[in-house]
Amino acid sequence: MTSTERTDVLVVGSGFGGAIAAYHLAAGGARVVVLERGPWLGAQDFEHDFKLGSSYTRAFDFVVGDGMSVLGGNCVGGGSVVYFAAMPRAPRFVFERHGTIGRRMWPASVSRDTLDPWYDRVAESIPVTTQDWNDVTYAGGLWAAACDHSGRTANPVPVAIDNAKCVNCNWMMAGCRFDAKRSLLTNYLPAALAHGAQIRPLHEVQRIERNHDGSYRVHYDLIDEEDYRIRYDGGAIDAKIIVLAAGAGATPVILQRSEATLGAMPHAVGRYFSGNGERLNTAVLNEDRVRDVLGLSRGDGLAYAANQIGKGPTVANWDRLDGSLPEFTRYSLEQLYFPPGLGTILAQVADAAPGESTWFGVKKKEMLRRWQSWLIIFQMIEDANEGVFGPPPAKGNADRVSQQMLGVGRLKYDPAETTLRAWAMADAEVKEILERDGLATVTAWTNEVIGAYTVHPLSSCRIGDDPATSALDDRNELRGHPGIFVTDGSAVPGALTVNPAMTIAALAERAIPGIVRAAQDRGVDVTYGAPAPDGGTSGRRGVADLLPSLTRR
Amino acid sequence: MPPRAPADDNPRTTTLEAFADTIVPGEKRYPGDLAVAGAAEGAGAVQAGAIELLEWNATGVTEGLDDYARLLGDHARDYAAEHGLTLDDSLPPFVALTFEHRTALVRRLTAPDHPEKAFWVLLALFSNMAYDSAAHTSTAEAIAAGHPGLLAMGIARPGDDGLWRFPAHSYGRPLARLHPDTTPSGSPA
Ligand SMILES: Cc1cc2nc3c(=O)[nH]c(=O)nc-3n(C[C@H](O)[C@H](O)[C@H](O)COP(=O)(O)OP(=O)(O)OC[C@H]3O[C@@H](n4cnc5c(N)ncnc54)[C@H](O)[C@@H]3O)c2cc1C
Repeated sequence: MTSTERTDVLVVGSGFGGAIAAYHLAAGGARVVVLERGPWLGAQDFEHDFKLGSSYTRAFDFVVGDGMSVLGGNCVGGGSVVYFAAMPRAPRFVFERHGTIGRRMWPASVSRDTLDPWYDRVAESIPVTTQDWNDVTYAGGLWAAACDHSGRTANPVPVAIDNAKCVNCNWMMAGCRFDAKRSLLTNYLPAALAHGAQIRPLHEVQRIERNHDGSYRVHYDLIDEEDYRIRYDGGAIDAKIIVLAAGAGATPVILQRSEATLGAMPHAVGRYFSGNGERLNTAVLNEDRVRDVLGLSRGDGLAYAANQIGKGPTVANWDRLDGSLPEFTRYSLEQLYFPPGLGTILAQVADAAPGESTWFGVKKKEMLRRWQSWLIIFQMIEDANEGVFGPPPAKGNADRVSQQMLGVGRLKYDPAETTLRAWAMADAEVKEILERDGLATVTAWTNEVIGAYTVHPLSSCRIGDDPATSALDDRNELRGHPGIFVTDGSAVPGALTVNPAMTIAALAERAIPGIVRAAQDRGVDVTYGAPAPDGGTSGRRGVADLLPSLTRR
Repeated sequence: MPPRAPADDNPRTTTLEAFADTIVPGEKRYPGDLAVAGAAEGAGAVQAGAIELLEWNATGVTEGLDDYARLLGDHARDYAAEHGLTLDDSLPPFVALTFEHRTALVRRLTAPDHPEKAFWVLLALFSNMAYDSAAHTSTAEAIAAGHPGLLAMGIARPGDDGLWRFPAHSYGRPLARLHPDTTPSGSPA
């Protein structure tokens, strides 16, 4: 009889939630194994190439659901490898939201004030820095100028990018060739490795079972490195503590599949999914009007025509992030870039005649011809946590269609009236800003082709004080399953009105002291208190006062 | 114009071409081209490599192409009957439809309430990708070879090492007032 491998802490997924946990627990002395379903790629592997099979499709995941498609990372480093690295903190009012449950969604212990020290820790660790107008790309500058022209403000967003290394190639979604993006491959993960954590790529976790001694056994398959539809026999690992961080599109699916061997799951597992209220608009700019009305010039005869140039989002309008406004009417409007392929198919023409399609055909082709004059605006509204996961597929979180990237999952999302109204408000505002004085023609992406879509899956296994509507307690432990923690985007209770990674990371940092305490209680020789991955200690000092409440027994 | 290869007469191929041409229409490849309707100027998805992409099993649709072509034929026949159209029976049914009728049928197949919607959206997605991202070839090579979609979209050429860099990227001056409540971290309050 062969004995099952054992470790202290098993981490599922290597995105923000996984990498942060792996680092702190390994640095504190625990034996840590990280299982990641995707490949382990580095800067040299990141290609500027749309060919199927290049890093763009290897590292990326696109799961089509019923009314909601989810885009994410599929590699060591998770979403941080393919993301746009905009890292704002969530505004204060977000933590006071009630959503649909008639009471505060966030635990009483979490507010902007109590999370700020954890945000500081993340900012030091990654690091996250502010940008100035010289860092702002043409697209961001154009958005700022249009906001200004309509009497609004606009802000360069804080980012996890080393702008000195950035070449503005706009290939962020394929992974950063120049290591300018401060993905988790540049901070938490190498630090975790240095402390002995093991990261195993192409290991996809399927389910968890409880052992008689209260530890857990995690079952995984091995995934082919080129064709992810092909899987091989894997194995199992026993661990005293499980940290689930497979992302909000996958974590609840693993738990659903484990119900037979773990026992009943809290009601909120696989419910209350939020797409962070995302929706995209495409503006096609009139170059002459950009020059004449906004006075913009690139200095080479062009006013804009710079859709291809940049580094994702650099400027956001935050005028509607006003806590005095009613819930479901607050949102941010952020300039964005989305590459061809996924970034064009859903864009609609403004002038489709009866009998013509808005998203394919002759006029759409004409719109594509103007591609360099596109400006994409990203809305993040407060949705109503409408998403619910159906019964899990046989393996993973989707039935894979293509060799990489594309699969069909079980998420169902039927947008509430409040969500539809907020999208309509935001659509109207973007139009108001960008169609003023003939600057552009603006249309929303269609929701009729694949439903809504999100790169910001959240809340499918959320924290809260109310056991009926939250799967995790306020320290991220799965209700009824001691020793299982969830630290990824699924823990965030609801839409944030801004990009979520900073908040996901801060919540993960905040969960660590409690996980360390639980590990100690299970006999693991581990302590809390590692510095930032580069050795910085100011963030650690900042959270010292908060530790007692997070480690109470 | 290149001579027509006999393989192009394969009804499966011409049916799929006609579908791709409905998504991103192009000009006819040669006089008498039937699959490409000629609804738009310049090359469309077919010339951009739609069939090459669909025939590559990395997409996950390759094994289903027989079904796609057969079902599209069935739907075209039903559509024609419904609209009292007589189809040239020497052609695959979908190819026999005019561009306007092909468009109407594809809109119906991809509409929110159609039971096969997901199946057809997938074919539309890959047809579009052949044109706007040349997903069947390396992007730098596609541009060097004059890929019609990437060129029409004005995608800049990469540097000699196949990588893109844009040293000029910013207007380099303040262009708006900042939100008054911005915190020192650069975030909303
Ligand atoms: C194109 C794009 C741009 C984005 N831009 C921004 C931005 O600018 N700012 C921002 O704040 N956010 C952005 N995001 C969102 C951000 O990337 C996510 O919010 C963040 O990565 C979520 O972190 P996480 O820990 O929840 O999960 P992830 O980072 O998604 O990590 C989960 C990991 O688990 C792995 N996994 C899944 N299932 C299994 C399994 N069964 N077994 C083992 N491993 C598994 C996945 O492969 C993945 O690596 C963007 C996302 C995308 C896709």
